[in-house]
Amino acid sequence: MALPLRYNVRSVLIRWRSTLSTIFGIGLVVAVYIMMQSLAVGLEKSSANTGDPRNLLLVRKGSTAETSSQVTREQFKLLQYLPDIEKDEKGEPLISADTLILISLPRKGAAGEANILVRGVSKVGMQLRPQVRLTQGRMFEGGRREVVVSQKLAERFDNLGIGESFKTGGHQLQVVGWFDGNKSAFDSEIWMDSDDARSLFDRENYSSVLLRSDPTQWGALTNRVESDKRLSLSVIPETKYYSNQTATATPIRFLGNFLATAMSVGAIFAAMNTMYASVGARTREVGTLRVLGFRRRAILIGFLLEGAILAFLGGLIGCLLSLPINHYSTGTLNFQTFSEVVFEFNITPHLILKGLVFAVSVGLIGSLMPAIRASRLPVIASLKSL
Amino acid sequence: MQTNDLSVPLVAENSSEPSIVQIKELSKIYRQGEINVTALNRISLSIARREFLTLMGPSGSGKSTLLHIIAGIDRPTSGHCIVQGVEVTQLSESELADWRNQNVGFVFQTFNLLPVLTAFENVELPLLLTRLTSKQRKKQVLTALELVGLADRTSHLPRQLSGGQEQRVAIARALVTDPQLIVADEPTGNLDSTSAHEVLDILRSLCNDAGKTVIMVTHDPKAAAFGSRNVHLEKGELAP
Ligand SMILES: Nc1ncnc2c1ncn2[C@@H]1O[C@H](COP(=O)(O)OP(=O)(O)O)[C@@H](O)[C@H]1O
Ligand SMILES: [Mg+2]
Repeated sequence: MALPLRYNVRSVLIRWRSTLSTIFGIGLVVAVYIMMQSLAVGLEKSSANTGDPRNLLLVRKGSTAETSSQVTREQFKLLQYLPDIEKDEKGEPLISADTLILISLPRKGAAGEANILVRGVSKVGMQLRPQVRLTQGRMFEGGRREVVVSQKLAERFDNLGIGESFKTGGHQLQVVGWFDGNKSAFDSEIWMDSDDARSLFDRENYSSVLLRSDPTQWGALTNRVESDKRLSLSVIPETKYYSNQTATATPIRFLGNFLATAMSVGAIFAAMNTMYASVGARTREVGTLRVLGFRRRAILIGFLLEGAILAFLGGLIGCLLSLPINHYSTGTLNFQTFSEVVFEFNITPHLILKGLVFAVSVGLIGSLMPAIRASRLPVIASLKSL
Repeated sequence: MQTNDLSVPLVAENSSEPSIVQIKELSKIYRQGEINVTALNRISLSIARREFLTLMGPSGSGKSTLLHIIAGIDRPTSGHCIVQGVEVTQLSESELADWRNQNVGFVFQTFNLLPVLTAFENVELPLLLTRLTSKQRKKQVLTALELVGLADRTSHLPRQLSGGQEQRVAIARALVTDPQLIVADEPTGNLDSTSAHEVLDILRSLCNDAGKTVIMVTHDPKAAAFGSRNVHLEKGELAP
């Protein structure tokens, strides 16, 4: 038979003065944990939001990233006549060749420079990426050295406002519009006309090819491409390509887990200290409960529960502390393209739950030894304590 | 688990068994390094049902030790202690816990109410270990609190009560499971004389009107006068 829950809850609350620092300590650990995890979630989401399940991406055999791939104009011409590509209303095949260029731009607030991907893209290329929407200004026009920029990127870098211009590779580029990539990887890109990009940056070849095809035809199409000696390209579903890039979230997750683990050791000791003090101060109470007929196990569970309640309160505080960062956007380096990736902290209900479970675990581990001590107190000795 | 209902008149069972407590050759020796402290030395004692036994003696004479063994809180070094036909010394730790819950009510000198629980909740505690429904528990708690004259203090916390009221709540907690045996270790030791008188009156009426057996340790001859029999302990032995 267990002690009444209200007894444990009130026992924690009545000692709030001595438990407050422990509760806040646990809250801090949980906040760090949630923030780091939400960073990883946001980064993963940016990859997950990117691909269209009907699209195939073609890159040079052996390339793991679009930036390190090349597709010649002859190869692109051959691809256009493949039979399994879907057509638009006008009967044109939904296939587009992109050119990717890495440029360096100054961050806002004189915080140095960072690499950014410029994507030379065609009208069809935009059609294939419907998650990208123009939010302000207008779309670029070919031949006029105009670009549209991700709005999130514009918030983080100099000279990307509409009407502003920036210089790269000896050319002045004019920003005419902002787009929103709906949390996809395109939120980290600058887009311009495909032919403009190739001529301005002196590129003979394209970087990659994106096409739409019915997934049931993917097998045949892949066979055709990969067996053609003239092509030597590999075919990857677009979603898979971007989810492979998620590897960049792994170090963040790792760092987050490492930090949380290191900090939780401190929190566990704080909880242990608090609970030992509580047991010490309530020795006679424990003796009384035993005299009334409560068993050792009831005492053990009672103190474990108090540790859990304490930590749960800390967990709630941690969640509150971390919430303001939700949807705050930030950047990191994509280690495959070496360009800046912009994404949002993303606190999901699942993460909140994980944070609370994490907190309660800290409380349970921290209160284990004190609870065992309380349950083993000899009745007579504890009755004599003051 | 017991399901006695306090609303039924509190009358001792009719038993052919003459005494509720039988103590034979009971010894308790504390070993402190090289020295042995004999707290109880081969004590034999019988306590009849409905008796109000008072235990007196100088400090350190073993009164509390004896009371603790009778109440199943402590174990003797040797000897027998049979309470209501049960050899208490033979019970395991968890059997003892259940046995205490059902058979003994303990009243402490320092009241020992749980500070975060109200008077009602404190009295209800021992009943949480029974199979009673919350409705049955409520009825029994209120009956017990009425019996000690505190029906109007149910939602008070211990710190909102006077010492005498706290001790009366503690008595209500001791009798709420309707045990046959109530043991009290200097229950008036921390009380002024008026409160002490109230507490002693209640203990006496538990014995006389409710048919309980009460064993009370006291220093105070005036308190001892409330008992029906007085026993003296001296250096762990019964004084004649
Ligand atoms: N845990 C203990 N260890 C050693 N000696 C003890 C312990 N508890 C009680 N004693 C000794 O046993 C004797 C009887 O103690 P107690 O029963 O508390 O006396 P009383 O209640 O009559 O004052 C005393 O001499 C006391 O010092
Ligand atoms: Mg004593």
